[in-house]
Amino acid sequence: MSDVLILNGRVVDPASGIDEARDLLLRDGKIAALDKPGSLKNIEAAETIDASGLVVAPGLVDVHVHLREPGQTYKETIATGTAAAAAGGFTTVVAMPNTMPVNDSVAGLEWMLSPQRGAVVKLFAMPAATMGSMGATLTDFAALHKAGALGFTDDGKPILEDAIMREALIAAARLGVPISQHAEDTHLTGGCSMNAGPVAFRLGLRGMTIEAESRIVERDIRLLREIEKSEHLRPHLHVQHISTGRALEAIREAKRQGLHVTCEAAPHHFTLTDEAIGDYDTNAKMNPPLRAEADRQAVLAGLADGTVDCIATDHAPHAAHEKEQEFERAPNGITGLETALGLALRVLHRAQGLSLSKILSLMSTSPAAIVSLADRGSLAVGSIADVVVFDPAAQWNFAAKDSRSKSKNTPFDGASMLGRVHATVSEGRIVFRQ
Amino acid sequence: MTQESQRPKKFSYAAGSLLSVADLSVEDVSAILSVASQLERRPTAERARLLAGRRIALLFYESSTRTRTSFELAAKSLGATTTLVSDKSSSIEKGESLKDTGLTLRALGAECIILRHPSSGAPFVLARETGVPVLNAGDGMHEHPSQALLDVRTMLMRLPGRDASTATAKSLDGVTVVITGDILHSRVARSNALLLPRLGAKVLLCGPEPLLPEVALHLGAGVEIVRDFDAALRRAQVVMMLRIQKERLAGLELDLANYIERYQLNGERLAARAPDALVMHPGPMIRGLEISGDVADGPNSAIELQVSNGLSVRSALLLRALYTGGFESVTV
Repeated sequence: MSDVLILNGRVVDPASGIDEARDLLLRDGKIAALDKPGSLKNIEAAETIDASGLVVAPGLVDVHVHLREPGQTYKETIATGTAAAAAGGFTTVVAMPNTMPVNDSVAGLEWMLSPQRGAVVKLFAMPAATMGSMGATLTDFAALHKAGALGFTDDGKPILEDAIMREALIAAARLGVPISQHAEDTHLTGGCSMNAGPVAFRLGLRGMTIEAESRIVERDIRLLREIEKSEHLRPHLHVQHISTGRALEAIREAKRQGLHVTCEAAPHHFTLTDEAIGDYDTNAKMNPPLRAEADRQAVLAGLADGTVDCIATDHAPHAAHEKEQEFERAPNGITGLETALGLALRVLHRAQGLSLSKILSLMSTSPAAIVSLADRGSLAVGSIADVVVFDPAAQWNFAAKDSRSKSKNTPFDGASMLGRVHATVSEGRIVFRQ
Repeated sequence: MTQESQRPKKFSYAAGSLLSVADLSVEDVSAILSVASQLERRPTAERARLLAGRRIALLFYESSTRTRTSFELAAKSLGATTTLVSDKSSSIEKGESLKDTGLTLRALGAECIILRHPSSGAPFVLARETGVPVLNAGDGMHEHPSQALLDVRTMLMRLPGRDASTATAKSLDGVTVVITGDILHSRVARSNALLLPRLGAKVLLCGPEPLLPEVALHLGAGVEIVRDFDAALRRAQVVMMLRIQKERLAGLELDLANYIERYQLNGERLAARAPDALVMHPGPMIRGLEISGDVADGPNSAIELQVSNGLSVRSALLLRALYTGGFESVTV
């Protein structure tokens, strides 16, 4: 594989604590050298990226994306979704299992991960925790793990039965992988299409309460505690797209007690509130829903104090005709791969004052660690050559029509972004260049 | 700090659309009331020339008696051609989307669509996707703007010393309106609670917690929650009763006997607490439940006047949507 040189950049690698000018040599898909500026200038590389004035960081890792293949390729394919990922600076994405059919078998998983799907960046998957994500019978964790599963989840369908969730946590703990849970007590959210509160009341829409999220988180944490006691295992619960202060408080306390809980937050939850729904804008409809300002502030606080472990987009493409419907009928979800970095820098860096290193940790080092990808999420020599080069000062407005995703369902069409991806390198190959 | 994207996305709608009372300025309300009054005074033949040859579609996904009939009669009295499409006897039953139904009506020449729909916000979708003026004739639990306008007209006609042909921020000064019943599911309550305070009224919402959550207070200034119906009645110049919407209760259990005991407006209660109050009801009424027959038919009742005001107010709204001479010129 040909060499790539990235010169004159500000290297920010949270894993090694580096934040200084360095030159980078990528060789054979690995980080081959990370040296003082000028020291690599005599190397003849096939490709050279001049990163003057730019940040060079480990490629971003998203542990929660929906790529819709197989089954709903009119919304997205693995090729288009990963192209959007590359444009957004992501080099690793983890596909959720709610495809059609549900990814609950080794054959399905292998099909998804096959090179024939044309993934532009590294694709991993979390298969379903239960057959068909029906919440009744566990899938074959051991076989799926052997075939590459990074963890298990029923994603949009929370595992509601205590006994099944307990069984899933135990089986995953034996393999050393997380159970990733969409925390929603669906007994409380029937017919609901947004957050409960004044905005829902004014719009005449039934609202999901914060308890619908926190109850499942609290129940899952209780299961962790019980399993640690009775089974002498250390199960790992990963809570998806945390959106409420109450659930965050439960996670904060669980971490204090030493339980293995991690959680992710989505850019839309730290950027927007339910006011963004405005005139029933279905591009502001997702699950969990946009919450009130107090909950947005709680997510920001959780990102700052480490309660939130990582940022994940929950990239969820839908076709225009599906979103051009009555609010209650329109499907949940928004695209997010190409706006995540621009929002994180705008909201978390510029407005909240989080350091670049902290934000990059939330978007690369930490999510890589959650799914145990030891050789990703870092620029240490010997790591896989996943790199993002971006201009941290670039101010621009995102245009949905220019998205690489097949779908354009985003509330951030026209929104201002801070920081623009200049180049993305996946396993030593330049897969995106501005 | 992140204000630029906190602001909700603004869509544009065809002039003359009425999707929410929030879209109306006090001046708009005044113009609508003024046109409604003038139309009533115009000779029938002259009125029938105003929208002669224009096409109006009534698109009804929910049943309706008053709203549908009054919009239809209003359109016809202005000379317009109307067509009624309902969810039951159309391609909607075959799964045609709201957008495609709207585009079909537009292609057939509909210049204005009157929509009733069980989903809150549906008129916004229709207006965005067709670009045609849309009049919201009731959407889910959201709003029923033409009802609030006809309610205002009714109050101004019946309350002493008021002028029903104009509106200002003080038109309903000193008037306390008690709205009682199933507020949670009521689009009439929302439209009135949003509109009446802007004309100077105080709105007291009354009902049990399951039908009137505390969050209703956030509807805006001038809105108060009073749980005790008798206490609320003592302050009332107007009392508006609402039906329990069985179709929207979604599993909510309600002890009807207890409800009647605490919240029914009957002759005894009215005489004891608010003998001079104007009694209103947007219909349909369930006599013997939220309101007794004697009150509905009694001298305080303005219920039939509300219905007939539906005609004049909805005529004005149709002119506002379609009159090519300019809505304001109708008032000259």
